[in-house]
Amino acid sequence: MALRDSRGSRRRLLLFVLSMSVGVAALVAINGFGANLGRAVEEQALGLLGADLGLESDLPFADSTEALIRDIVGEAAAGVGLDVNEVQARRTTFASMAYFPRQQATRIVSVRATSGSFPFYGTFETAPTDAADTYRDLAGALIDPSLATQFGLSVGDTMRVGQVYYPIVGTIEQTSSEPAFVSLVSPRVYVPLAGVDEELLAFGSRVDYEIFFRLGGIDVEALAEDLDGRLPREVEIHTVDREREAWSEALGNLYRFLGLIALTALLLGSIGVASAIHVYIQQRRQTVALLRCVGVTPKRAMQIYLLQASLLGLVGAAIGAAAGTLLQFLVPGVLAQALPFEIDMRLYPGPILVGLFAGVGITLLFAWLPLLAVRDVSPLSALRADVETGQLARTVRSPRRLAALVAAAVGVLTFGAFQGPTPTVGLAYVIGIAVVLAVLGLVAWGATHLVRKLVSPGLTYPVRQGLANLYRPSNQTRLILLAVGFGAFIVFTLLIVRSTLLSQVRLADEGERPNLIFFDVQPDQLEAVRTRVVDLELPVVEEAPIVTMRLAAIGGRDFRAEREGEAEQSWAVDHEYRSTYRAQLTETETLIDGTFVGTYDGTGPVPISLEQDIALELDVAVGDTMVFDVQGRQMTTLVSSIRLVDWNRMQTNFFVVFPTGVLERAPQTWVLVSRAASAEQSGGAQAAVVSDFPNVSAIDLSLIIGVLEDLFAQLSAVIQFMALFSIVTGLVILAGAVVVSRYRRIDEVVLLKTLGASRAVVRRISAVEYLSLGVLASTVALLLSVPVGWLLAKYAFETPIALPFGSLAVAAAAVAGITMLIGVANSRGIYAAPALQVLRGS
Amino acid sequence: MVSVSDERTGKEQRVLEVTDLSKTYQSGQRSLTVLHDVSFTLNDGDTCAVLGPSGSGKTTLLGLCAGLDTPSSGRVVLCGTDVGPLNEDARSRIRNEHVGFVFQSFRLIPTLTALENVMVPAELRGRADARDAAQRVLEQVGLGDRLSHYPVQLSGGEQQRVGLARAFVNAPRILFADEPTGNLDDETSQAIQELLFALNRERGTTLVVVTHDEALAEKTDRIVRLRRGTIVSDSPTHASEIRP
Repeated sequence: MALRDSRGSRRRLLLFVLSMSVGVAALVAINGFGANLGRAVEEQALGLLGADLGLESDLPFADSTEALIRDIVGEAAAGVGLDVNEVQARRTTFASMAYFPRQQATRIVSVRATSGSFPFYGTFETAPTDAADTYRDLAGALIDPSLATQFGLSVGDTMRVGQVYYPIVGTIEQTSSEPAFVSLVSPRVYVPLAGVDEELLAFGSRVDYEIFFRLGGIDVEALAEDLDGRLPREVEIHTVDREREAWSEALGNLYRFLGLIALTALLLGSIGVASAIHVYIQQRRQTVALLRCVGVTPKRAMQIYLLQASLLGLVGAAIGAAAGTLLQFLVPGVLAQALPFEIDMRLYPGPILVGLFAGVGITLLFAWLPLLAVRDVSPLSALRADVETGQLARTVRSPRRLAALVAAAVGVLTFGAFQGPTPTVGLAYVIGIAVVLAVLGLVAWGATHLVRKLVSPGLTYPVRQGLANLYRPSNQTRLILLAVGFGAFIVFTLLIVRSTLLSQVRLADEGERPNLIFFDVQPDQLEAVRTRVVDLELPVVEEAPIVTMRLAAIGGRDFRAEREGEAEQSWAVDHEYRSTYRAQLTETETLIDGTFVGTYDGTGPVPISLEQDIALELDVAVGDTMVFDVQGRQMTTLVSSIRLVDWNRMQTNFFVVFPTGVLERAPQTWVLVSRAASAEQSGGAQAAVVSDFPNVSAIDLSLIIGVLEDLFAQLSAVIQFMALFSIVTGLVILAGAVVVSRYRRIDEVVLLKTLGASRAVVRRISAVEYLSLGVLASTVALLLSVPVGWLLAKYAFETPIALPFGSLAVAAAAVAGITMLIGVANSRGIYAAPALQVLRGS
Repeated sequence: MVSVSDERTGKEQRVLEVTDLSKTYQSGQRSLTVLHDVSFTLNDGDTCAVLGPSGSGKTTLLGLCAGLDTPSSGRVVLCGTDVGPLNEDARSRIRNEHVGFVFQSFRLIPTLTALENVMVPAELRGRADARDAAQRVLEQVGLGDRLSHYPVQLSGGEQQRVGLARAFVNAPRILFADEPTGNLDDETSQAIQELLFALNRERGTTLVVVTHDEALAEKTDRIVRLRRGTIVSDSPTHASEIRP
């Protein structure tokens, strides 16, 4: 009976169910990718570390530490017949300026100076292939392809790092221990460790020291545990298991984040399903009434349609699962920049089954509520159509309806908790989406009422009729506004976030604000660098000393020991603080609590000023004492003031500011801030200063803008790929809604034709209706994305919102245009429908 | 073939001229002829009922006469224009200028008020006085106080009055009424019939009524009886004899 009854409506219903298929496809693709990711991490964990054991420190390994490592690791290695000196490699990583003589250009790069044959395992692909081995023998450099492109470098060119010249011997194509996007921020340059300009590793520079071991046949985990308690605190120990765990967590979070976006598409699709079933049941009321007349019970009638919904859900879910299975092969390509390895994709049944289950489950949950109307169809309505109204009104308040609503809510929340990175995040995300959809629905409701009021007799007939269709009985205005509006909301919000982030950086270049920074200036170079900068006709806007230190205790308690047992330590505890000292606040700082002490009088704890966020993170206030380990010397300080810092300026900003008279003799480096009038002047100045002072690094605003734009392009490509699912879902719902309305409209169009309306008039009515829907959807999406963008700007990015008026206008026009096109395309052919059916009343 | 010519034609202007009209529908391999070589003519101010049982081809004939469908063979000349060669837009224009319709199930646009429904044909013609004209004719049918009501707020009889007002608003030369009282009770039906004929007399409109109702048919000047797609009789009614 269920199958027979659905005859003739299956295609139309299926179109709606396809809106759910898109979500299922996203879910299957993402979960399928996740399963492959898990396997790839398992299989390639060795390559991720590149060794069996790695030791890492941001301080040079002291002789005593070296001796200890030699003893412990050496003993273990000897046990299996290995010589510790032969199975180790070293890598020292630091930022430095690279100078390209032929191009007379400089750029800050991330230098990885290596010795030994690291990586021992995994991929280290270069072009040409043998460059991976020859760069050490030839004392050459391997560079990131981005660097080669930027400066037009090729094999045979020369570059200088510090005082040392290196021939470029190849480019780094892929390394299994680093995802490609790391090179966006700072391009990598591999050089041999032997021969590196030692000046660059001088005090104050950020340097990362690593030793790697190849220890096949040894229980490395046990060895690591042995090392854990015996090596100094600053030495981090990496093993394959630990690396696997870290990567699993990081990449797991990535794919679960993408899963949330799939969830969005699925939720949007569920609205499409609910709406489809609602419309379907409205159309089937006469049939249901007839079935009731011939003795079908309300329960049986409901079962007939529930079975139809289940079958359609299964078909829709199967289509989605099939599409998702194919799509999952595209995901690694989209995420290529974020993955440290290539993934050999395989098919897993788990994600497909989850997709099928989710599709059918969502269909049933969201079909249940509209299906309840079937129970309340009176057999009497076979004779009199108006019997329905009262019955349906009673349904609204029925316990069954409430139960259906609760079931749908619980189902979706459970699914959100299951699919989210953590249950809490999943639940919060689902609630967030529900709020967005509810607000969209509310605004859409208000907008249609407003349209009703605005339709004036003065408008021409096609305009009036087109607008009237927005609030006609059984209209699908709200569904279309929800579907199109949600897709538009995602696009608009992305545009606003992008514009806000970029304008935040661009704003920094306005007026006379600094845009060029020289750092790692040694104290004895300060005078000479200053003179050189002035000679280049650049102003010295600011000079600041930097002293590195670590937090040892707060309020007399050993802060670190207290947190040792906690699962997650605050980043602020282990942070290497790069503090400064000066006698006054700068123009980027505002005092918000306490008193700023500019000079230390030598009595009591040293009065320091903390930045607001770090004070919150560490939970300290004015009057608290903090102990800093300033390169081996414990220094007790007293928080005398809290500052608000405008981080959006390209200026030196610090978490901790000391007064003068304390740190002057501590080992330190200096930062010199300037302003160049043009990119050319900035580039020339950087090249000149770096040429004279190879250990000094420089960075300018255009570089930061460039990096941000690149990063955003990578990120937005991923987000847009995933957002695409929601947008496609919206379009499918739109298409479904217009197709359903097509069947309803034929009658009216034919009537108009009978009364003498031309094809053009009918088309104008359609155009007005769908253009209005598109404009409303855009407006509703804008009304929502602007405040959401403002919230993100204010609380997530802490910057004023920057609305990209041009892009938003283009995007809004595109949304309105696409909606109109789909609507008008749908009305094609209706005019040619046989007019006789009006006369026949069929 | 049954062809009945109108003997009163001579001096009056022809509004509708149907010649050898046939309509055949194809359904797969089968063909079904629902009208066979039908011919008749109507002049200005004529009233005519097309009477016949279900499936006799009444509505098909009406549709072909109004240019809503194309014949398989034969010719329809409506208000001096052969509608056969015209495209959809041209036929729509002819209907808008010369034809009015009244439907059994009223066929009002649910999103428009009574006044707006009546305005539609006038607006489609581009009349600047559409509102005034619609209001006048609604007052004429007794709905002057229901102008802003939506169809759902009107009774069946009132909806059909709106239908009549809509049909007459453009002062058509010919009005096709398809079972105009088929959905109404006797009392309302009588009222609508009186209104229909009153408007017809007042405006000199040619009236074609398709109906099962012998009593309604008897109120016209002439009855064309159809059976299985063929005109079996075409004769003046008693009403035509007593009409001045």
